[in-house]
Amino acid sequence: MRRGIAAIALVSALAVSATACGGNDSGDTGNKSSGELSGTVTWWDTSTVGSEDKVFKKLAEDFTKLHPKVTVKYVNVPFGEAQNKFKNAAQSGSGAPDVIRSEVAWTPEFADLGYLAPLDGTAALKGEDDFLKQAAASTEYNGKTYAVPQVIDSMGIFYNKKIFKEAGVEVPKTIDELKTVSATIKDKTGKTGLYLRGDDAYWFLSFLYGEGGDLVDAENKKITVDDEAGVKAMKTVKDLVDSKAAITDATNGWDNMQAAFKDGKVAMIINGPWAVADTYTGKEFADKANLGIAPVPAGSAGQGAPQGGHNLAVYAGSKNLDASYAFTEYMTSAESQAKVAKELSLLPTRNSVYSQPGVASNEIVSFFRPVVDKAVERPWIPETGSLFAPLVTEYTKVLTGQTTPEKGAKATADEYRKLLKDWK
Amino acid sequence: MAVDTSSQSVAKAAGDVARGPSRGTGKREGRLKRSLSTHWYAWAMVAPVTVVISVIIGYPLVRGIYLSLTDATERNVARTIGVNEIPATYEFVGLDNYKEALSGGQFFDTLGWTLVWTVACVSITFGLGMALANILNRRIAGRSFYRMLLILPWAVPGFVSVFAWRFLYDERRGLLNSILAGGGIDAVPWLNDPTMAKVAVIAVNVWLGVPFMMVALLGGLQSIPGELYEAAEMDGAGPWQRFRNITLPGLRSVSTTVVLLSTIWTFNMFPVIFLLTRGGPGEATQILVTQAYKFSFEISPRDFAQSSTWGVLILVILMVFAAVYRRVLRKQGEVW
Repeated sequence: MRRGIAAIALVSALAVSATACGGNDSGDTGNKSSGELSGTVTWWDTSTVGSEDKVFKKLAEDFTKLHPKVTVKYVNVPFGEAQNKFKNAAQSGSGAPDVIRSEVAWTPEFADLGYLAPLDGTAALKGEDDFLKQAAASTEYNGKTYAVPQVIDSMGIFYNKKIFKEAGVEVPKTIDELKTVSATIKDKTGKTGLYLRGDDAYWFLSFLYGEGGDLVDAENKKITVDDEAGVKAMKTVKDLVDSKAAITDATNGWDNMQAAFKDGKVAMIINGPWAVADTYTGKEFADKANLGIAPVPAGSAGQGAPQGGHNLAVYAGSKNLDASYAFTEYMTSAESQAKVAKELSLLPTRNSVYSQPGVASNEIVSFFRPVVDKAVERPWIPETGSLFAPLVTEYTKVLTGQTTPEKGAKATADEYRKLLKDWK
Repeated sequence: MAVDTSSQSVAKAAGDVARGPSRGTGKREGRLKRSLSTHWYAWAMVAPVTVVISVIIGYPLVRGIYLSLTDATERNVARTIGVNEIPATYEFVGLDNYKEALSGGQFFDTLGWTLVWTVACVSITFGLGMALANILNRRIAGRSFYRMLLILPWAVPGFVSVFAWRFLYDERRGLLNSILAGGGIDAVPWLNDPTMAKVAVIAVNVWLGVPFMMVALLGGLQSIPGELYEAAEMDGAGPWQRFRNITLPGLRSVSTTVVLLSTIWTFNMFPVIFLLTRGGPGEATQILVTQAYKFSFEISPRDFAQSSTWGVLILVILMVFAAVYRRVLRKQGEVW
């Protein structure tokens, strides 16, 4: 019985995809300009629920104003689950969205697995020259373009100006200053200096880059996470937690970080533009001017924040490729990006948007713009998305004292060597 | 499931040897024929169940064992995406996965904690369940009310209670630490400290497991005839003697079964660990099943081969356990 159903489903899926494919071919040859788009486009968004999602939902649904016959189905998938959920759905071929908001490191991986439709020459890519070079880099894999950059970001220190004034301190520029500032804040106000996320290794990157280290060196095919800089970065974060300059959690880090900062229990967090809208909902930031942003504290080798962001990618198995291409183009167009930048302070990926009124005057966007320019770019290889799982295990172990910084870095590197065969 | 089936078939086979004459092939065929002609109706009735079970249990099992002998990962399995059909390119590698799993430290480290976790959970649950069952077997005021209350953890869906516990345990905003703070005690890093996290997951599993133990043992207690206690009392046996010499032997058949079941369930108790700590902090609370899940769903590229290998090893461990357990019981004269 089950088999029968599966067989029927398979046959019908094949039939549908076959017809979709036929439709495509004719579309490519000339039907495009006259043919009206129709059908359903399902979009998986990964933006923060409660703040960003409303804006994106509205924006996505406005697509139907341009194409009344298209139905847009907006689905918000929590960022932490989206990568796995998409892989499950994409591989089995059922329940996958037409368009996914794919984090920059996921994009080459999805493309490598064959889940994404190449976008060169489709309607999805329009005005390619306008895209920031760093933003476009992660969308290319093996000479083809598999995604369109939607937002770009980096990280900085978010601080509570009121607490800083109360303690009479300045924003720390280096990690040493961060420790003394935290100590002063603790003395004067009883509050903790920094909340450091201990359950996500992305928050470790700025410390690693600050020491001049990196996870891997893709050019020389070398694993560098266990170099001196990597060990030193592990020691630094451990020291921050041990010296009580920072608090951390092994689970539920995002919620705890945002809650602690929004309620004024910690004075600083390290975060990116994606957290701005959510932070403004906190009672400490009812007056938006109370939120200060500064570059990440420098390590011994200077400042270094990771460059991140999100792309929109089209699922290769989508039944409605043409509408999906058009939707992707619409969501990444200059107008849409300007709207998002104004309302959510997220950074556009198009050069031209930065000069638009409302965007140019946005404090957070103008702060992050130069930060993004200087941010450390990761190698856009399919394995980039795989580098975090081994790292976060060891990172958490180091923070909770289950292993030493040296052993933690070494164990991470050993996992990387299994992942990247033939690398040194 | 598989454990039960295997041990039953062992029992049946053993019975056959004891009962039947020598196993000549000719005779066997004759017997098969006879059994088919007399019991064809029964065979026809069980056929659909057999087919369904072999499809939903047999196929994944065989497939899992096969995958554990290959180097299948997310990147080399067959997949169909839209019009692209990507064929499978994984290869048969024999026992390499088993060699790797059994020679590295990770498997045995995880197994060590899994055993601690299982023994701790089962013994504490059994102890508490026994105590509660004995209390509730007496005539006390509000007995049925207490019984209802104690069964509650079992009535709430597991994941709901685990999530509730996760909120209670939260170091910064959890109820437990707020209560402690009220008493002037520093916050306890329930899920952030490796040792505390281990204690915390065991506590939740005990909380979830006690109702089952209690109900099963309560049922057992009620089947012990009251006259035995009366007679013992007449002979001057104290409460402890009565408990040791009447209650415990009387509960034997029930307790051996619940201990076996509870061991198997706890050994593979995925939701408690996964939802409470995800195996963290680091890998402090990772048991074998959650680690196997991690291999096939959380790391990338997903390592299906490694995950199946661990799955097969778990099955083997539980089968060995069930066989040994049964043998020990049989030595003690228990028919099971």
